Amino acid sequence: MSIQEWFSRQKEEKEGTYQRERLDIPGNLWVKCFNCHAAIYSRDLEENLKVCPKCNYHFKLTARERLDQLLDEKKFKEIDPKIISRNFLNFTDSKSYTDRITEAMKKSGLNDAIITGLGKIGGIETALGVMDFSFMGGSMGSVVGEKVARLIELAVEKKIPVIIFSSSGGARMQEGIMSLMQMAKTSAALGRLRENSLPYISVITDPTTGGTTASFAMLGDINLAEPGALIGFAGPRVIEQTIRQKLPPGFQRSEYLLQHGMLDMVCERKKLKETLITLLGWFHEV
Amino acid sequence: MKFEKKNLLEFEKPLLELSEKLEKLTALAASGKMDMSEEIKMMEKRIELMRRDIFSKLTPLQTVQVSRHILRPTTLDYIQHIFENFVELHGDRYFGDDPSLVGGFAKLNGRSVTVIGHQKGKTTKENIARNFGMANPEGYRKALRIMRLAERYNKPIISLIDTPGAYPGIGGEERGQAEAIARNLREMAELTVPFIAVVTGEGGSGGALGIGMGNRVLMLEYAIYSVISPEGCASILFRNAARANEAAIAMKITAPDLLVLSVIDEIIKEPIGGAHNDPELASNYIKAAVIKQLDPLLSLSPRELIADRYNKYRKMGIFIEE
Repeated sequence: MSIQEWFSRQKEEKEGTYQRERLDIPGNLWVKCFNCHAAIYSRDLEENLKVCPKCNYHFKLTARERLDQLLDEKKFKEIDPKIISRNFLNFTDSKSYTDRITEAMKKSGLNDAIITGLGKIGGIETALGVMDFSFMGGSMGSVVGEKVARLIELAVEKKIPVIIFSSSGGARMQEGIMSLMQMAKTSAALGRLRENSLPYISVITDPTTGGTTASFAMLGDINLAEPGALIGFAGPRVIEQTIRQKLPPGFQRSEYLLQHGMLDMVCERKKLKETLITLLGWFHEV
Repeated sequence: MKFEKKNLLEFEKPLLELSEKLEKLTALAASGKMDMSEEIKMMEKRIELMRRDIFSKLTPLQTVQVSRHILRPTTLDYIQHIFENFVELHGDRYFGDDPSLVGGFAKLNGRSVTVIGHQKGKTTKENIARNFGMANPEGYRKALRIMRLAERYNKPIISLIDTPGAYPGIGGEERGQAEAIARNLREMAELTVPFIAVVTGEGGSGGALGIGMGNRVLMLEYAIYSVISPEGCASILFRNAARANEAAIAMKITAPDLLVLSVIDEIIKEPIGGAHNDPELASNYIKAAVIKQLDPLLSLSPRELIADRYNKYRKMGIFIEE
């Protein structure tokens, strides 16, 4: 093993903590909290909406888990479930993009990094988009962009509010410039929604960076985030490399963004549903 | 034709040998001993042919080098040649004035327009002052202010894109880099005036798109436009920044590739050897292309312009639908 390999292996081991964050509860009765390292009985964790009962660390949720936690009677009518990514650039890094898509589908049980559809929250029909970080880091390619745009257009047609939960590393590099163009597409669609005076609530969850933050995640009439979520334009590592200095504590976390005026509120998961109902109720006067 | 070694990119070095020969011939001719005019003409021809040959076969990564050439004309250079009566406007009215993004009023062939663009420097000192053309939120907010001003007085907008990307720094994050870009995207889509974007150098990701949602997007022959720099892509996906060449090929970042993907509408040709060899000629090419593209847009109504832009970006994306 060369010195370089040894270093890169060390780095990978360190970064491994990030990998382990993807929670695979089935089969494991006990889960270790990534923040306070307390051992939690997995059923307790589930019952606590996947928030550590000891330190309040918010574990990532899959898109399905999120929907189950929020929707009335867990009823969801998915739209556009069959739009699938295509390797139109014939992109191959260590693996071909085609293989990456297939693997991500298998691993996540999803067709891409977002589920979109209609459901009721507190009795109010809402157009919902929920991103899933376990599908290629929640990256935004043509499919995510298209599904978000269609969701918003449907909301305009049905005159209903939109809520999007983001969790995304940003644009999907394997789709090159086309992933960048999804920022334009989704933001333009949100402009239409706004013109029609229909509300958009953006719920930002851990982590949301890059092109997703710099498009639909930051454009909410209400921007709301879960506690401790990493939210930014550039990732912390890129910033550290650029400015060659350590970042201040709490930098790019929800509370920091709230302090700097980028969010309306930081909302704990257990209060999320009632908060959304209150907000939707303000817009939707019966 | 004389080349300065320090201004030549690695792949242009074969030109040096010929240009040295040419110099010798010229010196000989100057001494008046022999008539060298035929030989000189031949040598000049050979140099030009070689140059054409080199530039006709640029790899994507070589194109990246041309787009980043230290002598490549900057936005203010182009403005000087393309427009008349340029008046620079400053400040975002919130926080500050970003020197890495400039803009203001100008006349294009006698018509009042607004122009915005990223501004790089040509020396280290200038580049530090301009933050290498990497704007902060103030820059994007200033650009939006100028675009909205243009809209209010019904003047077309021309934007010149040349940035490695929006600046990844602490201050920018604190002041909402992502919000500034996102807002620009949403609002550019709603502008009621004709909007032409020209990628003149580096089209660096969200930092480029943040002022780039034109009704038409044009691109210089040796400019690039990409979601991430080839070096960045290589270090993340290929785990090695040195594999930038592969990343540059894989991502399809050159003008001809982007035309095929319909992300751009027209390629503007450059003088032989790149825009920096003849900034005035390059400016003339840009001017002609902008006027040509702007003309039909001038007769569209605000509603039609918005629909035109919405449809353009709405169509972007390639996927499978069962």
